[in-house]
Amino acid sequence: MASPESAVNGPTMTAGAASKSLRNAFGGVIAFIILVLIGVLAFSIRLFSVIKYESVIHEFDPYFNYRVTQFLSKNGIYDFWNWFDDRTWYPLGRVIGGTVYPGLTLTAGTIWKVVNSLNIPLSVETVCVFTAPIFSAFASWAAYLLTKEVKGPGAGLTAAALLAMVPSYISRSVAGSYDNEAVAIFALVFTFYLYIKTLNTGSLFYATLNALAYFYMVCSWGGYTFIINLIPMHVLLCIVTGRYSSRLYIAYAPLVVLGTLLASLVPVVGFNAVLTSEHFASFLVFIIIHVVALAYYIKGILSPKMFKVAVTLVVSVGLAVCCAVIAILIAVVASSPTKGWSGRSLTLLDPTYASKYIPIIASVSEHQPPTWPSYFMDINVLAFLVPAGIIACFMPLTDSSSFVILYIVTSVYFSGVMVRLMLVLAPAACILSGIALSEAFNVLTRSIKFQLPGIAGNPSIASEENGSSTVVAPNDIPKTEEAAKEKPAKKNRKKEKENVEKKPTPSKTEKRLLVLPLEASVIAVLLLVLLGAFYVVHCVWAAAEAYSAPSIVLTSHSNDGGLHVFDDFREAYSWLSHNTDVDDKVASWWDYGYQTTAMANRTVLVDNNTWNNTHIATVGTAMSSPEKQAWEIFHSLDVKYVLVVFGGVVGYPSDDINKFLWMVRIGGGVFPHIKEPDYLRDGQYRIDAQATPTMLNCLMYKLSYFRFVETDGKGFDRVRRTEIGKKHFKLTHFEEVFTTHHWMVRIYKLKPQRNRIRGKTKKSKSSRSVSSKRDVRGKRNPWH
Amino acid sequence: MAVGIGFRRRLDFLLLVIAILSAPVLSDLILSKVERQIDLTSQIARISSTIKAENDGSSSVSEILLAIPELQAKNLAYLTARVIEGKGKARTSGLALTVEPANPKGMPPALSFYSIVLPKPLANGDSVTLDVLAAFTHSLRPFPEKITQADIHLVLFQDTGHYLSPYPVKVQSLAVKLPQARIESYTKLDNTKTLGSEIKYGPYENLPPFSYSPIAIHFEANQAFAVARELVREIEISHWGNVQVTEHYDIVHGGAMSKGEFSRLDYQSKPQIRGASAFKHLVAKLPPRAHSIYYRDAIGNISTSHVRGDSKKTEILIEPRYPLFGGWRTAFTIGYGLPLHDFVFESEGKRFLNISFGSPMHDIVTDSITLKVVLPEGSKYFSVSTPFAVQQEEEIKMSHLDIFGRPVVVLKKANVVPEHNQFFQVYYKFNALAMLMEPFMLITGIFFLFVTCIVYVHVDLSISKSSASYLAKLQWDEVRATVQQIQNIINQCLSTHEKLEASLRDLSRTGDVQACKAARKAADGLLKELSKELKPLIAFLQSTPPAAHILPKVEELVAKERELQERLMAKHSTIVDSYEKKLGGKETENRVASVQQKIVALRQDIEDLMEYIDEI
Repeated sequence: MASPESAVNGPTMTAGAASKSLRNAFGGVIAFIILVLIGVLAFSIRLFSVIKYESVIHEFDPYFNYRVTQFLSKNGIYDFWNWFDDRTWYPLGRVIGGTVYPGLTLTAGTIWKVVNSLNIPLSVETVCVFTAPIFSAFASWAAYLLTKEVKGPGAGLTAAALLAMVPSYISRSVAGSYDNEAVAIFALVFTFYLYIKTLNTGSLFYATLNALAYFYMVCSWGGYTFIINLIPMHVLLCIVTGRYSSRLYIAYAPLVVLGTLLASLVPVVGFNAVLTSEHFASFLVFIIIHVVALAYYIKGILSPKMFKVAVTLVVSVGLAVCCAVIAILIAVVASSPTKGWSGRSLTLLDPTYASKYIPIIASVSEHQPPTWPSYFMDINVLAFLVPAGIIACFMPLTDSSSFVILYIVTSVYFSGVMVRLMLVLAPAACILSGIALSEAFNVLTRSIKFQLPGIAGNPSIASEENGSSTVVAPNDIPKTEEAAKEKPAKKNRKKEKENVEKKPTPSKTEKRLLVLPLEASVIAVLLLVLLGAFYVVHCVWAAAEAYSAPSIVLTSHSNDGGLHVFDDFREAYSWLSHNTDVDDKVASWWDYGYQTTAMANRTVLVDNNTWNNTHIATVGTAMSSPEKQAWEIFHSLDVKYVLVVFGGVVGYPSDDINKFLWMVRIGGGVFPHIKEPDYLRDGQYRIDAQATPTMLNCLMYKLSYFRFVETDGKGFDRVRRTEIGKKHFKLTHFEEVFTTHHWMVRIYKLKPQRNRIRGKTKKSKSSRSVSSKRDVRGKRNPWH
Repeated sequence: MAVGIGFRRRLDFLLLVIAILSAPVLSDLILSKVERQIDLTSQIARISSTIKAENDGSSSVSEILLAIPELQAKNLAYLTARVIEGKGKARTSGLALTVEPANPKGMPPALSFYSIVLPKPLANGDSVTLDVLAAFTHSLRPFPEKITQADIHLVLFQDTGHYLSPYPVKVQSLAVKLPQARIESYTKLDNTKTLGSEIKYGPYENLPPFSYSPIAIHFEANQAFAVARELVREIEISHWGNVQVTEHYDIVHGGAMSKGEFSRLDYQSKPQIRGASAFKHLVAKLPPRAHSIYYRDAIGNISTSHVRGDSKKTEILIEPRYPLFGGWRTAFTIGYGLPLHDFVFESEGKRFLNISFGSPMHDIVTDSITLKVVLPEGSKYFSVSTPFAVQQEEEIKMSHLDIFGRPVVVLKKANVVPEHNQFFQVYYKFNALAMLMEPFMLITGIFFLFVTCIVYVHVDLSISKSSASYLAKLQWDEVRATVQQIQNIINQCLSTHEKLEASLRDLSRTGDVQACKAARKAADGLLKELSKELKPLIAFLQSTPPAAHILPKVEELVAKERELQERLMAKHSTIVDSYEKKLGGKETENRVASVQQKIVALRQDIEDLMEYIDEI
């Protein structure tokens, strides 16, 4: 027993400090290599979409961003700021430069420019496709930095590895998902890191960087309001708990001043940076921190007795002034109808707000509250580790760990309101789980390490701990070796990171020795490794199966294992772009607006930037009106083609008939003659024989099911799993001009106006009908 | 309508006749036999004529004129002539003759002329047989010009029934081959008969020069009217072993315009009837061993294509995103790599690319082709040889990691038919060493990156060497070094302690008291020496102000270590003592128990202190 012990113990002791410094240097190098590998992991786990499908822009919003980036790379930055886009929101148009968060576009545009100036001819599309994976690597590095500031490098590496593959973030940042969130999460985490760094160091340099990072975040995503509310909350928390320090002041005051100035430089924010209620908290806390700073300063120069007198004086006067100011503020804020909050923010504060007042926000699936399974799907085991992480953050509670706790608490709330904000929760969950895992490994490996040499080297220590450890000892050494062996064998980053983590762990200063029984700790380590493995498996599955579909190309596996591709959307867009006139207007539900402008390059009435409820309601009204009224609405808007998405032939569920209730609701919200009950039978939207006549005669029904019955003779809708109600009908005001291979997209053309009918009798009849029609029109058609 | 056309034709004819009457007789050449065959089975009208010419005059003739009506001349895409030798089965066609536009004097203006330069002048009485092939694009006019999805696609072709020539023709005949037996109408001259899908005119005998009798044929044509309005073909040579070809097509269905509805239902249920005029796929015949084939358009990959390959060719069947009806357009890109050694050769110190000119698509008409041959960076002295006239330009393309850019030879030609798919050559000089430039550049780039990193780490970049903070930093470095040394010494002490413990265990195993004592003596000496070494270091720390906050810890560490040392010695001596007195294990343990506890506590303290100092 003696010889192995001296072999283990001797060298470490004789090498002593030399080995320690070497270990530190070595640890640094390993940590660096691991970070690089985490970056590679974050990048490559997001490439499933490219490998399984193709290198293509995904979904809806990314197409808009792609189009803007194309414009930027072609016309330069000045034209971009002044870009008035007449291809969308016809006839209103949209000032793109002033209404878009330019961060993502400018980032990708810069990457493209740099790469091309190095004579690497990448297309704008390629750059756009790979921007998100690149930035998710950055985000995991930022998570490392943040967690390192909070709980040391071990936790940092764990958190980075977890963030690199957290499904929630993957869902928004797979290759091709060229959306604001992809860069915004990096900006968010990095801003928080710089804030914590400033808080820990009190360096103005980092404070300035923090303001710049905040600026980048403002450029990138509307979610920046989260930062500008969370940081003041934390500052307030610090002040209330008596943790005020000059470092806190340096971390906060420059951020508010510089950050607000910079934020108002972004056209889309502009004066909102000082005018809207979202930013109110930051200014309030800005005042408070100055008052507190003043109080501390006075406390420093006055004697305690004098100070007490001063306090009573100031508090009595100050309270009166404060009350007055607050009253004025409340009055000002309350004078605006939405209390100065934007609809989306109000939805966050009052989850029932949108469904009550703004159906358009409620109609977006990503604005719905999440279900419990989606938590498990999106953050998986992290949901269980987060509480442990919160506990770990309380021992000891520092400025930085209190920030992390605040972050997780608020983001859990927000994610509970909107599915989309699960994305904000993901980094917080990763950071806390990283802390939890790392602390757990810390304790467990230390107790293993403490006991193993103890048994061999110092029997008396072992006997103190464990009377019969001499019997256990020989069994244990191979066991841990086994554990150590199997870790590198599993080829994922987490395991490697744990190994590294082990190195710094014993060197941690821990006054209290939390020594667990050896067997228990070995088993716990194995279980944690298993948990990690489970997480990795889930993440890879989610990345490969759940989140990599580009949604413009659908695939299905046939029974013989072959792959069937449904490429109908691009077929239709391609047809539109090549076979219609450049200035033709295409009407469709707003979901397809971005894609139509980007892929078909045609003018649309409404698109996914749902800023004008009335205009969307007009389209909704047209879609839910009978053919003639719809024709009139469309004609008055110069529409030449109407595009509908129909899944009844192949069973594609998210088609326009299933979205129809929102068209009715949004249309009815603005034009009261559209009444939802007219379309409902027993409280349900039905298209079968039970359907209401209003439903069966509305434009959407007719355009979707035109000549559908002739496909199978019965008109069996595979999405609704029923036979349609009205089977044989003709279109009078529209003609079919294109239908894609699987019938998923159908394009109709408005028939030209009829010639005047000649003949006496008809004339009198028509004049009568016209006059009666006018009355009807005045009610029905908002455009006359 | 046929009347209308006929009327216009007649007018043309009148004009022609007037022109012809005023034209002088050109030479004494007589065409003794002309056999024409018009092939209308594809969208390209191919007219092949076998002409036997005799020199009837006194002077020798070195060129033969071909006359083509202006109307057709603008559609003329391709024209070649070959001499035919031998007769019947043994006939062989010789080399292609030079055909160039001619502008003989005194000819009617409604005709354009091409002259065939004979290989040797034709003496009196001699005869020569020529095979002339002319291909015309856009000469099948859809009529009616707009049809619905269900209508049959009819086209109209116009030509002359009699061979139009400035020379008298003795015997002639004409055969028109149509794609289908369904003929809507055709002009009947004497001696006209139909045979299935073929119409035969003639033979006609002894017609004077410039005889012209217009014919119009109106028939059903359902073949693909694929017209590439523009084709950009980029051929990029890489001497790493690849010739990359990228072709951008802008395709239109050149047939009758589609009007009104397109019903997918009709198209899917009765494609032969309700979609006969549409074409849904194109076939491209690529060279063998083509690899990395892709097919996409501006909005992504197009998944409907099939590739079949054998040793002779690679055939790729591509379906556009949607079937093309008349007037519908689409655009796409195909690209493929070819092995370098199949297309680039070396001769007389020059390399040359030998690749075919036109589009690899089957039966496609290209309105305008732009062919770009991108030579590797560093190529010089390039020249082009093409079998027909093309417009030639040069430009520079910047591609992957280029510094000077790659020279590009741009060839442009309008109105290209598959007959133009002939090999052309681009000669250039290229030094193989230039290939290594880019890897070398990368290596140097990365090398310099590392060098900069190394330099940055090792160079002191502080601006002021005398500033307080700089000096403080230097001093702090020194303090750290000293603390490091102290730690080293403490560690050595600790390892000495280990040795003492080890000697105790040896004692319990072997019972060798003397060895144990010797070990203690050695350890004692060593420890004394170490504590001596420790003294100046502590003194230094005491004298330097920046070490003030670390000093108490260090002193505590040293004190603790000394205490530990003493305890250990005490324990050691006690155990050795009890061994000498042959006391029982239990008793010995009792005696050292208290010391042992202290030792453990001290060890822990020391370790903690070390960690603490480490973290500073």
